[in-house]
Amino acid sequence: MTKRIFYYQLASIALAIVFITAIILVVGASPPSVITAMWSGAFGTVGQFARVVATLAPLLLCASGLLFTFTAGLYNLGIEGQIAFGAIVSTLAIRLTQDSLPPALVIVLAILMGGIGGTLWGLLAGVLNVYGHINEIFSGLGLNFVTDGLSLYLIFGPWQREGVASMSGTEPFPESLWLPTFGDTDASPIALLIAIAAVAITLIVLRGTYFGLRLRAVGQNLRASYVLGIPSIRQLLSAFAICGGFAGIAGALQVLAVFHRLIPNISSGLGYLALLVAMLVGLNAWFILPVAFFFSVLNIGSLQLPLDLDLESSLAGVIQGTLVLFVLLARGVSETLRKPSTNSPS
Amino acid sequence: MDIAQITPILATAIATSTPLVFACLGETIAERAGVINLSAEGTILLGAMTSFAIAKTLEGSGTVPSLLAGFAGAAVVGAAIALIVALGTLTLKQSQVAIGFVLALLGASLSSFLGNSFVRIPGPTVPSFKIPGLQNLPLLGNLLFQSDLLVYLSYAAIALVWVYFYRTRAGLMLRAIGEQPNAAFARGTNVVKMRYIYTLIGGAMMGIAGAAFSLDFKAGWSHMHTAGYGWIALAIVIFGGWNPLRVALSCYLFGILQSLASVAQSSIPAIPSQVFNVAPFMLMILLLVLTSSEWVERVLKLLPSPLDRTASELIRSTPPAALGKVFEQD
Repeated sequence: MTKRIFYYQLASIALAIVFITAIILVVGASPPSVITAMWSGAFGTVGQFARVVATLAPLLLCASGLLFTFTAGLYNLGIEGQIAFGAIVSTLAIRLTQDSLPPALVIVLAILMGGIGGTLWGLLAGVLNVYGHINEIFSGLGLNFVTDGLSLYLIFGPWQREGVASMSGTEPFPESLWLPTFGDTDASPIALLIAIAAVAITLIVLRGTYFGLRLRAVGQNLRASYVLGIPSIRQLLSAFAICGGFAGIAGALQVLAVFHRLIPNISSGLGYLALLVAMLVGLNAWFILPVAFFFSVLNIGSLQLPLDLDLESSLAGVIQGTLVLFVLLARGVSETLRKPSTNSPS
Repeated sequence: MDIAQITPILATAIATSTPLVFACLGETIAERAGVINLSAEGTILLGAMTSFAIAKTLEGSGTVPSLLAGFAGAAVVGAAIALIVALGTLTLKQSQVAIGFVLALLGASLSSFLGNSFVRIPGPTVPSFKIPGLQNLPLLGNLLFQSDLLVYLSYAAIALVWVYFYRTRAGLMLRAIGEQPNAAFARGTNVVKMRYIYTLIGGAMMGIAGAAFSLDFKAGWSHMHTAGYGWIALAIVIFGGWNPLRVALSCYLFGILQSLASVAQSSIPAIPSQVFNVAPFMLMILLLVLTSSEWVERVLKLLPSPLDRTASELIRSTPPAALGKVFEQD
């Protein structure tokens, strides 16, 4: 049975590649040169590969968090806002303490506060969902717009750069507050370690604990698990809180390790990309590492396209979206074809 | 401020809501039939890009043919995306949220990638057209009949959808497959086929909404040209309680919020102008969150007896019972 699904997935990926090739041909580019450009964009220099790693860390954090909400049967579209709110709270923490505390302590505090901020923002979506009975998709989207407005307000209002308030963000923090990196690159070992720890925690909690089991029960059948006495409300809220917390830490890392300041749209779409990762991975949580790595390679590699071939870097999004779409459809095909054979004997 | 000052603001708000009216009516049709087309954001973007690219390429053959081809292309793109939604969720029975969300992102990326060579160039736009007799109506003439054909078409679409929903047999069946698909099936309706048709019609209207942006109300094309409008359209459909009339009024409410934001922008210098661009989106969706929460029910109960029911009917709404659910015919 699993073998057949595997072949469907293989066929779907082949079809996805055909579709992507067609799209590249439509704009008059040659697929081999696109591959060459993207490869050199991601692996050409140590610096470029380091940027892949720098993208991987927040993506892993967000995708791990989303596995909790997915397990609970929730589509946490509010993750973009949870990243942004984490980044905002983290920036606030840095601004308040950078003159009085030693840099190392400021950094630790900023990461913690980012996590707390994200947790609160996630919990808010959760409370609206659980107690207000508002679909988490819309409470999430609404809160995303709120964080958009809030960061724009801060960047162009109270936190604006001396004289030149602009979309480029707030005044960059001094270098002592940047997360240490490998050599002269963008990749931070601390960020990577935090992200891998998040993946490990997720795997252990979801697969090896009673909490993970109950979360799965709630996700599969909310009503049944409520009747069986599982504290479903607490389970759902925990899923929102954990996901928000991981996303908030990712937001803090965007501030500390990548941009070194608060910018509008600090999440850079990583939250939605993480949703795609989590959808593709499904219940096989281990695949989160290779999939997130591959998606990061696409994101950074595609930045080479405008430079070398005068193409838009959004090809990365086209490839990622197409792959996930075809895999979902293949999942559907294998389930639909399997149904008659399981039904007919009885 | 007197009427003479308010009318132009309202008139602009109503006219600029036109793309949203098309998008929200389309989504309403699909959702009343039981299918959430969550791809709106991607569909509108891809529709906007396609229609602009087509109209620009055919510009030489005259404004009217190029515009018509642009709108037709956008409708085809919207229907094609809706076909994937229908195939994935009705035939292959995957989650409507998952498929729709992926298509929202994919459509956005595709529009950016394919539309790269059309960014920030002038192209054909829908010419303004004042209806001879109607534009002189007192008050209403200035308010409703001073813009272009697309706007008047949107009025017709609102009326048409409403009449179809509530005054025709086919409309009754449309609502039935969204509320009680099993009962409709037992009465001999081909639920899956009808859902396919309505999802495609709805998708085509969302594509047209994109064209209404790039060929009329936000003329031209740029990356993420209509960002946010797809998500707000989904919210407006819920806020409008899946009723075409209320949905259209909610679109106008959003348009008024946008007009107010641009008026307020100059009068409140303390708040940066960039905030005013997102404020209507924020307010609209917060309004939805507020009115759709159950807390509002408790507040309404505090009102005196006949008033509470009217208020409740005005702002509360229940989704079609089978919305988003897989239909198993057996």
